[in-house]
Amino acid sequence: MTNASTTREPSIRVRSVEKSYKDLHVLRGVDFDVAPGSIFALLGSNGAGKTTMVKILSTLLKTDAGTATVNGFDVATHPLRVRESISLTGQFAAVDEILSGRENLVLVARLRHLENPREVADELLARFNLADAALRKVSTYSGGMRRRLDIAMSLIGHPKVIFLDEPTTGLDPEARIDVWQIIKDLATQGTTVLLTTQYLDEAEQLAERIAILHQGRIIANGTLAELKQLLPPAKAEYVEKQPTLEDVFLALVGNEGKAATTAATSKEQS
Amino acid sequence: MRTHFFADTSVLLGRSMRHIFRSADTIITTAITPIALMLLFVYVFGGAIRTGTENYVNYLLPGIMLIAIASGIAYTAVRLFYDMQSGIFERFQSMPIARSSVLWAHVLTSMVANGLSLVIIVLVALAMGFRTSASLLAWLAIVGILTLFTLALTWLAIIAGLTAKSVDGAGGFSYPLIFLPFISSAFVPTATMPGPVRAFAENQPVTSIVNTIQDLFGQRPVGSDIWVALAWCLGILVLAYFFAAAAYRRRVS
Repeated sequence: MTNASTTREPSIRVRSVEKSYKDLHVLRGVDFDVAPGSIFALLGSNGAGKTTMVKILSTLLKTDAGTATVNGFDVATHPLRVRESISLTGQFAAVDEILSGRENLVLVARLRHLENPREVADELLARFNLADAALRKVSTYSGGMRRRLDIAMSLIGHPKVIFLDEPTTGLDPEARIDVWQIIKDLATQGTTVLLTTQYLDEAEQLAERIAILHQGRIIANGTLAELKQLLPPAKAEYVEKQPTLEDVFLALVGNEGKAATTAATSKEQS
Repeated sequence: MRTHFFADTSVLLGRSMRHIFRSADTIITTAITPIALMLLFVYVFGGAIRTGTENYVNYLLPGIMLIAIASGIAYTAVRLFYDMQSGIFERFQSMPIARSSVLWAHVLTSMVANGLSLVIIVLVALAMGFRTSASLLAWLAIVGILTLFTLALTWLAIIAGLTAKSVDGAGGFSYPLIFLPFISSAFVPTATMPGPVRAFAENQPVTSIVNTIQDLFGQRPVGSDIWVALAWCLGILVLAYFFAAAAYRRRVS
């Protein structure tokens, strides 16, 4: 997926967006664009305003100032059009615990007014490796299964833009790599993905462009290579390459194929 | 651009009804406490209570039904609160559906669930000797008043569900409502109460509703109580709906 979209309208366009909760200025003028079919990471520590930005783009919150458009529609004036274009996978898996996995998928397919909700559900259960657990209550699912179901629910109806708010927070390494693969596949199929994360390696692994949100402003925005140039040129130092704990863990639990796709380093920032 | 309010509401109603049937305790607990009260008052205290009617079950049933509704709507608040907490509320709100259908589905679920527990209670009351000669019209009036009362309290529950900080808060708001029938004409005639208590009892919503339903069951003329009862129910409904809508708008601003 090359970035051949420079001539096209951005899929997401954010201009001077501000948002306060009472005296707390969460967003103080945020600007960025996301090209269609790309993965864009909004990186920031806890409380940086990532979730607030995602809630504004998914029409759950209104801005105090500035404009935001998604798929060409203004979130303030055409919220329903925006909702037709997007899916939100929030910070906490938004699944119905009392229903089965299959019922959750059928529920969303019905709400999206699809013709064949059951077939859509069965297809996604197979694709996300949940077919065996399809009829079990979601309350019996593991964190990784829950997150896979959550993302599967977001894909119903083929939204053009998907927001993933900290999709791997709280997942074990294997589940995390599963989710990474799902996100990469989405972008390959032309879906625009806006991802928020506090894990630097996650942004490094997935995103074509990374924006750093700090104290309510975007303080850097570019490709990984561009961001690296912000620092003085790298000094050549020779250090012994130790396997990370993640490499060791994945090797021991037998996940050879997937281990190769992880970054060599995995610094979990929190 | 049109949304599918009825289709979306019925899909979401189906979802909450599954919740109820999968935790059948909801309907049973809602029905069991009022039934226990009914047994206690009829078979323990009832012998010493002078109501001026021969059949104390007949006298008691309307108040018991109101207690059942007041405790049943607490579950509505709790179900809504869990939806808000789990993020599924936000998922629904970010989907191209009629947004108000999310709340209406909870409201309709509350109506159906309370209706089911009232049916159970009336069946138990029949077994305990409840008898009525009420006409079809009187029954329709009773169902109408109970529906209006349930709807009004359900919108109160929606406020609690939208604004509560904890699940205890979401459910706990109903305790005063459950207690109101005790200080009304539901268990004993208000004439036996000391002045201030009697003044309160005779001027709170439960008494007029209970009196109206007692009269309808007994085929007596209902008098002005029915208008007072309707005014209370409509007043609570309008206010609760207004504040629920405001609480909802605060969630999405």
